[in-house]
Amino acid sequence: MSILVNKDSRVCVQGITGREGMTRARLMTEYGTSVVAGVTPGKGGQEVLDVPVFDTMFEAMAATKDQGGIDISVLFIPAPLVKSAAIEAIEAGVKFLVIVPDRVPIWDVMEIADAAKEYEASFLGPNTLGCLSVDQAVLGMMGGTARSAKDFFKPGKVGVSSRSGGITSSIAYYLSKAGIGLTTICHVGGDVIIGLPHSEVVKRFQEDPETEVIVMFGEIGTSQEERVADLMMKKEVTKPVVAYIGGKGAKEGTRFSHAGAIIEGGKGTREGKIQALKAAGAHLVEDFVDIPKVTSEVLKSLEKPE
Amino acid sequence: MARLFEYQGKEILKRAGFTIPDGKVCTSPEETEETAKKLGGTVAVKAQVWVTGRKAKGLIRFCKTPEAAREAAEELLGQVVNNFPIEKLLVEKLLEVDRELFAAIIIDDAEAQPVVIFSSLGGSGIEETARKHPEAVARKHIDLKVGLRDFEARELVRKTTLDRSHYNKAAATLVKLYKAARLTETRSIEINPLIITKDGQWVAADCHATVDDYAVFRHPELGIEIARELDHPITTLERLAYGVEKSDYRGTFYFFQIIQDIPEAGKNTQGEDIIGFHGAGGGGSMISMDSLGKTNFAIANFCDTSGNPPASKVYRAAKIILAQGPIRGYFASGSGVASQEQFHSARGFLKAFRELGLSVPAVIRLGGNKEEVAIEILKTHLADIGVPVEAYGKDDSAVSCAERLRALVDGGPYSPIGPDPISNPDPPEKPYAFKTLTGQWTVDHAKCASCDKKPCVDACHPNILELDDGKVVLNITAEEAAKGRCTECLACEIACWAEAKKAIKIDLPIPGLDEYLAEKEVVQEVS
Repeated sequence: MSILVNKDSRVCVQGITGREGMTRARLMTEYGTSVVAGVTPGKGGQEVLDVPVFDTMFEAMAATKDQGGIDISVLFIPAPLVKSAAIEAIEAGVKFLVIVPDRVPIWDVMEIADAAKEYEASFLGPNTLGCLSVDQAVLGMMGGTARSAKDFFKPGKVGVSSRSGGITSSIAYYLSKAGIGLTTICHVGGDVIIGLPHSEVVKRFQEDPETEVIVMFGEIGTSQEERVADLMMKKEVTKPVVAYIGGKGAKEGTRFSHAGAIIEGGKGTREGKIQALKAAGAHLVEDFVDIPKVTSEVLKSLEKPE
Repeated sequence: MARLFEYQGKEILKRAGFTIPDGKVCTSPEETEETAKKLGGTVAVKAQVWVTGRKAKGLIRFCKTPEAAREAAEELLGQVVNNFPIEKLLVEKLLEVDRELFAAIIIDDAEAQPVVIFSSLGGSGIEETARKHPEAVARKHIDLKVGLRDFEARELVRKTTLDRSHYNKAAATLVKLYKAARLTETRSIEINPLIITKDGQWVAADCHATVDDYAVFRHPELGIEIARELDHPITTLERLAYGVEKSDYRGTFYFFQIIQDIPEAGKNTQGEDIIGFHGAGGGGSMISMDSLGKTNFAIANFCDTSGNPPASKVYRAAKIILAQGPIRGYFASGSGVASQEQFHSARGFLKAFRELGLSVPAVIRLGGNKEEVAIEILKTHLADIGVPVEAYGKDDSAVSCAERLRALVDGGPYSPIGPDPISNPDPPEKPYAFKTLTGQWTVDHAKCASCDKKPCVDACHPNILELDDGKVVLNITAEEAAKGRCTECLACEIACWAEAKKAIKIDLPIPGLDEYLAEKEVVQEVS
């Protein structure tokens, strides 16, 4: 099992005829993702990697309906055009979107969020590397080539949720190397407003029968980690959470390259997040390299007979 | 988020139909005096700075005469507030206040919706008002599809202690403010105080606004030069770096200086060695910086090149980092297991280090996809530059790499060979050239003709080079190359210099960098 995507998910790539879209569609397919359609306005009728290209999302939905339609759309589209493409996909009936591009204006993201709410859809990103369910499917650019992704990430019982794309794959690699396998690894996106913050991803891990432990990479800024602590306090999340919070050396008011990574008015501090998570019973890791060790201890403690 | 000064916020409000006090932005005591004279009566001289509570901090002065205004300007201009010198004053006619209110539209990140906040008591901070007089404050999330409608705004102000005779006017004001926020794509816009004057006018007496960085491109009217938030006035190098980022959409390059004047010895006052920092990926950069905490280094700058940048962008970033001054080491480290092919960054480092003649040790941690190629590139081509450059991959932690750099910095002195001839090759006898997306590619066919290997053609990943009568040329149009078919991967140049006739040169200028370095040299000589 897994969350967000599995080997049976039917995936569309919006922007499939572009440089990035085409490359990533190929890499996703190679890993095992079932890419069933592509959309680029004005390029309908072509095929890319044997995948039919359509002019609009509605057309793609209608044309694939008999085979099972489209479950997920992955967007490789310039930031200024993302809003229109995302809402198009949502209104066409796609229930889950992965919005890869960064620099999507915040009012645009709010409109996308609004449409998603209305149509009961959800989205990962913007500014996300995507997510990957080990040995099943990948959405976005997680893992690079199919071969490296197969090499790096091994199947198992741990779910990863991260504010940083590179760190998602790092944690997943270091865990796999230590013999700790994974269910799904997920980069929530580096922006201030994102579709599925940590709290939402963690909830899905809670519901996933295969995931036993959740590893979370947090950063300064936003209230995502605090909201996970809230869920743990309310017992909505009862699986163990191993957390690392980056930004030890950050001064208040200094924004790192993630738009969400800033401490403003004393909110979103590393210390505050650590306190909240500790109080909720999370396992806090002080040194990044110790994540596998702590996770392994937590997994072992789960094995112990009552 | 791009912060706006009060006068810039008021320009947004004015465009939206708000009344703002009569006044003018002044940059000198003379201008201030002149303006005060024209306005007549008592004026407010307001320092344009990004802090709240200016009145209590003496950054707003009420002046009864033009001479007093001039004196206030003399005192205020040049004063440094939170690292920023005061450069502008807003000189305004004083209002006769009957009542102070508060109105704001801010974005609630967690709910992904804008919120309107209104208070029938203005003046002090809204958090304090909400604590002391909760009955005066009301807020409401706004449905983006319909915006803020007047009846909703009336319902909102009704929940405060505002006199009902003002309901209509207050509601109309909030609707107007929402429209301004939506149109300008502000992260937050706050009018505090919103004033009702004795003669019944509604005037925005102050305005704090921030604009979404990602939306600045849609708002040239705001005149925001650099959509980035810093805790100090922007430096020349930061400006140059932003120029590089703006003119190349491929990948992301983020740079700011933490230590703006590096002492000649390359050490800070605590005796720590100052090093250049080059991260990759937001989280990876953060962790890599954290990993330096225990190694007694001070970090000159933050830098992040990520999102699959071309070699040319990493090259320019490295040059800007090295241009900062006498750093004692160079530390590059990202997330450790990047999804992007790592050899692009390796080639960028290589070209920068060879051209500039790296004079300090460097540790480059390039973990992830194709890291073995990346490490090989650095090891092969930088073994002879007289200073150690060590390359590591995903199985080496950021902490252990930081420790290696410590050992290397302590292990000197070294004898760097200095800039490679590639930085200044002889002018080509028979040049053949084409433009790339951000630079120019040139080969000397006079040298090229005598080469029997042509490793450049084999190295060209996008396959745009071929042989024509024994000489290397494009197999696509120059236009296609300039549009980005040449990915500026730098592989051909490196192959030509390492294995063949040293005939290829790729020029990737950073406008303004040479001038910056020349000026810096002059300053150093004078001192």
